[in-house]
Amino acid sequence: MQNLLEVRNLRKDFHTKKGLLQAVNDITFDVRRGETLGIVGESGCGKSTTGRAVLRLVEPTSGEIRFDGQDILAYSARKMREARKDMQIIFQDPFASLNPRLSISQIIAEPFDVYRMYGPGERAQRVLELMRTVGLSNKLVNAFPHELDGGRRQRVGVARALALNPKFIVCDEPVSALDVSIQAQILNLIQDLQQKLDLTYMFISHDLSVVKHISNRVAVMYLGKIVELTTSRKIFTNPLHPYTQALLSAIPLPKVGAEKRRRIILEGDVPSPINPPTGCIFCGRCPFVMVKCRETPPPIVEAEPDHFVSCYLL
Amino acid sequence: MAERLLEIENLRVEYHTDDGVVTAVDNLKLHLNKGQTLGLVGETGAGKTTTALSIMRLVPAPPGRIVSGTVRFRDEDLLKKRIDDIKKIRGNKISMIFQDPMTSLNPVLTIGFQIEEAVMLHQGLDRKAARRRAAEMLRLVGIPAEREGDYPHEFSGGMRQRVGIAMALSCNPELLIADEPTTALDVTIQAQVLELMKRLREQFSTSMLLITHDLGVVAEVCDHVAIMYAGTIVEYADVTTLFTNPRHPYTRGLFGSIPSLDEEVTRLKPITGLMPDPTALPSGCRFHPRCPMAGEICSSRIPQVTELDNDHSVHCMIYEGLVPGYEE
Repeated sequence: MQNLLEVRNLRKDFHTKKGLLQAVNDITFDVRRGETLGIVGESGCGKSTTGRAVLRLVEPTSGEIRFDGQDILAYSARKMREARKDMQIIFQDPFASLNPRLSISQIIAEPFDVYRMYGPGERAQRVLELMRTVGLSNKLVNAFPHELDGGRRQRVGVARALALNPKFIVCDEPVSALDVSIQAQILNLIQDLQQKLDLTYMFISHDLSVVKHISNRVAVMYLGKIVELTTSRKIFTNPLHPYTQALLSAIPLPKVGAEKRRRIILEGDVPSPINPPTGCIFCGRCPFVMVKCRETPPPIVEAEPDHFVSCYLL
Repeated sequence: MAERLLEIENLRVEYHTDDGVVTAVDNLKLHLNKGQTLGLVGETGAGKTTTALSIMRLVPAPPGRIVSGTVRFRDEDLLKKRIDDIKKIRGNKISMIFQDPMTSLNPVLTIGFQIEEAVMLHQGLDRKAARRRAAEMLRLVGIPAEREGDYPHEFSGGMRQRVGIAMALSCNPELLIADEPTTALDVTIQAQVLELMKRLREQFSTSMLLITHDLGVVAEVCDHVAIMYAGTIVEYADVTTLFTNPRHPYTRGLFGSIPSLDEEVTRLKPITGLMPDPTALPSGCRFHPRCPMAGEICSSRIPQVTELDNDHSVHCMIYEGLVPGYEE
């Protein structure tokens, strides 16, 4: 089977004081075995909620999630726990996601406690092995998170995610809190591990350059919806959705003298996901908006092979 | 010869902490000509913000202390001035935009009042004239005048940064220091704010010191760039020279670390190692433990400045002829 993860019509609503917040609003996508699917979008577009929903760390409101052919939304809590051995997550903030009172070895070994795996000797062996895999010096085995810089902390986060030999890892903004020189080290590590351990990734980031660099395919999200989904090459060479085009043109390139790109400056802010516009979610900021855009949401169409767009212009 | 607006020499700033003395800025030399925008680029802990705070004499003391150096603004050394005189310059001749406008705006005062307060204090306007000025500034940054009675929390991040810009420019400063002004913003909002800053810079003919870690923003906005590492400037050049012909191994390393949007690069070439511990900086060249080109001398001798062509300078032993350089 080609797809490791199949997500159909996924929805996640949050009930807030101000009303119903549709964080993830009817999205459908697959993650193919061995690939990296990038999810990119601005604050509040629902990318992190999507990452958590596919692991059932937040319970989806509706939809279907098939992992390795199994309908995991039908799983009992016990069975889901078992399934999570194969599905792990790396969090954004290595300062907030590591328990400050546990040593590095305890943090990495915590999954073994949860699943009652390995005896003491074997466990110490396995921790050292994991530390080596992610490039952490064995000397740090008894160190605490506060003694480590951001890059090393994120390596600890990666080691913990690898502890149970997962097939699939959701990387939720894993390099956003890091300086560029360290960011590059962690990106290389994530890429190397994929090769070595046959991993499949869902890589979530607000940084399109990072996502494009690491992903095979990219989904662009806006206000809870996927507006465009295609290969990382096409997303740059032939972006079709007006939002993708604006997002790409807004990124300042670290280059001078290159031919001037046409910059599309979007008006206004991202609207609130509590009262999203009727019709196309992007209609309020779209430079090409038409009457029907404000009335009914556009369907997702395959504009060219492996290139899905939700826009009436196509 | 362009007119010098700001010239910093031999600046050294220390923080006295429980873990020891941190030299945040050391032997820093920097200049900014009138009408220019200078980008100050570096990673966390490089000393960018400390440099900016030193210009404004805002380094928190204790634990901070400006140990030595001169900060020449037009013809005066700001470090020698009395604090009362500095207060007349702050916000008036030199003003600042901060990274997170939510922490730099007063949450219990309306934004209109905060701008009025600034122009009344610095420009001696009465309340009525100040109100007109505030409304005009808000219009300039694209905020409808009727929102002047709103509080900071009622604005989105991008709008708050516009308020920060309106306030910083309200006294028509000669120098604007912007400390990571768009780092907290989403990319489409960042594009709006950068566009606004560029337009207003022309309109007010303000010179600008832009602190950022984003080389993309530098290419977009700046005409000169200073690259900072561990408290000191390692390379200085105009933006075209720096991007087409970077010389310092750290600058080259930075470019190798950025994923490219428009080129196919399968693997990044990161700088190895970590930022040095600020309480125990390496001897000699601060970058030598991470430098792929380092020779023996780099750990014992502090590199001197080498002036290359047209206003391009670099602090590296390669260009002093003491270490073999790149093959090109």
